[in-house]
Amino acid sequence: MTAVTPSRSLSNGLFAGRPMAAGPELIGEHTARLGPLPGPEATRDLIPALELSGLLGRGGAGFPVGRKWRSIAERSDGRAVVLANGAEGEPLSAKDRAVMTLRPHAVLDGVLLAARVVGADEAILYIGAEHRAARRSLATALAERPLPLTVRIVDAPDRYVAGEESAAVHFVNDGDARPTNVPPRPYERGVGGRPTLVQNVESLAYAGLIARRGSDWFRAASQAGPAGLGMVTLAGVAHPGAREIEMGAPLGEIVGPSGARQETTQAVLIGGYFGRWATAAEAWDLALDPAAMRRAGLAFGCGVVSVLGTDECGLEMTGRILGYLAEQSAAQCGPCVFGLRAIADAAGRLAGRSGTPDDLARIERWGGQLAGRGACRHPDGAAGLLQSSFKIFGEEWQRHARSRTCSFAGQPARAA
Amino acid sequence: MSDQILWFATRGAGVVSLLLFTAVMVLGILAVMRWQSPAWPRFLSVGLHRNLALLSVVFLAIHIVTAIVDPFTSLGLVAAAIPFASSYRPFGVGLGVIAVDIFLALVATSLLRDWIGQRTWRAVHWLAYASWPLALVHGVESGSDASTPWLIGLELACVAAVLAAAGWRLAAGRSNRSRLATVAAGAALSTRTSRRGI
Amino acid sequence: MTTTARAIGARPVAELRIDRTACDGYGLCAELLPELIELDDWGYPIVRDAAVPDELLGLARRAVEACPVLALRVRSRAGG
Repeated sequence: MTAVTPSRSLSNGLFAGRPMAAGPELIGEHTARLGPLPGPEATRDLIPALELSGLLGRGGAGFPVGRKWRSIAERSDGRAVVLANGAEGEPLSAKDRAVMTLRPHAVLDGVLLAARVVGADEAILYIGAEHRAARRSLATALAERPLPLTVRIVDAPDRYVAGEESAAVHFVNDGDARPTNVPPRPYERGVGGRPTLVQNVESLAYAGLIARRGSDWFRAASQAGPAGLGMVTLAGVAHPGAREIEMGAPLGEIVGPSGARQETTQAVLIGGYFGRWATAAEAWDLALDPAAMRRAGLAFGCGVVSVLGTDECGLEMTGRILGYLAEQSAAQCGPCVFGLRAIADAAGRLAGRSGTPDDLARIERWGGQLAGRGACRHPDGAAGLLQSSFKIFGEEWQRHARSRTCSFAGQPARAA
Repeated sequence: MSDQILWFATRGAGVVSLLLFTAVMVLGILAVMRWQSPAWPRFLSVGLHRNLALLSVVFLAIHIVTAIVDPFTSLGLVAAAIPFASSYRPFGVGLGVIAVDIFLALVATSLLRDWIGQRTWRAVHWLAYASWPLALVHGVESGSDASTPWLIGLELACVAAVLAAAGWRLAAGRSNRSRLATVAAGAALSTRTSRRGI
Repeated sequence: MTTTARAIGARPVAELRIDRTACDGYGLCAELLPELIELDDWGYPIVRDAAVPDELLGLARRAVEACPVLALRVRSRAGG
């Protein structure tokens, strides 16, 4: 994680205070900076506050946090479970790690408040096993300040799908991190059959801030609109890494200070492996908030912004990502196992300039059949990525397929 | 003559039952092997398998009831219900009783599949491979036509059919549905353990 | 169905649902219900239209029965 001058002043944010490069914020600083956590009497008001704040889930699905907590509070008999999702299986994303490692007490605040509000007597910190610093930091924070409920840390397997909501619950219940058929969803029946709040660690951290400062503060925190503050991860830039931003800020203003320039940018991958491509022109003025992005046919997802330079081949990266997604399939459903694998193989051939026009025709056809035919949304993400690559890199696909040349390599094709 | 009718019915229904069971076995294997041709869609194997199995219940019932009711056999309800409890060819009849018990379990679980779930149903259904040979040996051991050429020929044909079908299934190994299963096993394993990613 | 229900538009809609983890590509559903289901290159079903019109309901139920792994279901959903 590199320290970078933030694009705007975020003096009120999650990462105000101790700089990112200086390691985890300890309990003393945390309490000094933010003040005490609201007491149990204020619990009643938290759900309305969250709903008013418009805080959306930051794991990728973007579901309103207040509404989620409400639906569990309604069905909880005091034995609900809070599962803080810090699996962060998306390879390009680093923001959950940043939040867990550097602001562990903010996460624990969120967990404690959530438990109080939804009526949970148990919390699980579901942390990607490979995120060792994050695990250490949270374990230390828990030791510094034990919570008044049963808390355990569960190591999430290092698989892309392990962070999916039903997969997390499945792993905690049965040691198998594969998504399950829904319904029932975790909020109805999750860990141990009890209503379970599966919430991203960043969402929990911001919920903690909103509990202290109110929904008005959150809505006013960004000069660019009412969407508050949030985390993104920048990649493909000179200074990559996690950043806190004012939501709604234009993408160009966010990536600029990290070393990117529109003139040298060909396209931007927004949302990670589960996301979509956009041209540099589209992307630069794009307001980084879920509503605006949805209107533009994109999705905020987990906040990954990956810049592709004018000298790089977008097909190469797309092919690589599709190969990864195919390999990371939970392999429970035929269309994903066979369809996605076939698409990844053909796309890989095309990207490597050993494919044929037939390959291209096939991935266009197969790509249109991928969405909505699995038990989880994994193939849908791949389909979205593929379709967006056709839109943005259409000519390049044609060139790779017909003449087996790449605009970005200038080399003749290698033999099939 | 009328005394003989029950005896004929028992033997006749028994033979028909065996033929139907054989067809049901072969069709079941065709179904699981996903065999099809332009003139024979997959649903035909599945549908016939089911319907012939239900039909064979009728012939089985005739076979058993006439055997019990027939005054010339010393078979009573006890012999029909409890294996090896008959005084007439206890071994042969006993095998038949076991075969019927398994068969009834197969039918019952299939009719109730919606309620008991796929896994339980499948576990019980494997017993079909035990039930059929028992029925065949029962026919050989306890039937009174056992030495007639036509019956021997029939039985050999049934054995050949089932052996061929079962052999085909065995030879195909796990290739049929295992593509997904093999990939899935790998994915399942890695979602249980933590290991470094790509 | 009562006239009142019809007038309000509360007619229940029958919908095809496939348990994708149970589905093993036997393809009987597409044989029996080709109007609504077709198979992809690997034999797995693509549901063209999940809503089952009345005249196909009988066939849909047969398809549900025929599936060797019980992956196909017809669910009733309130709608209109």
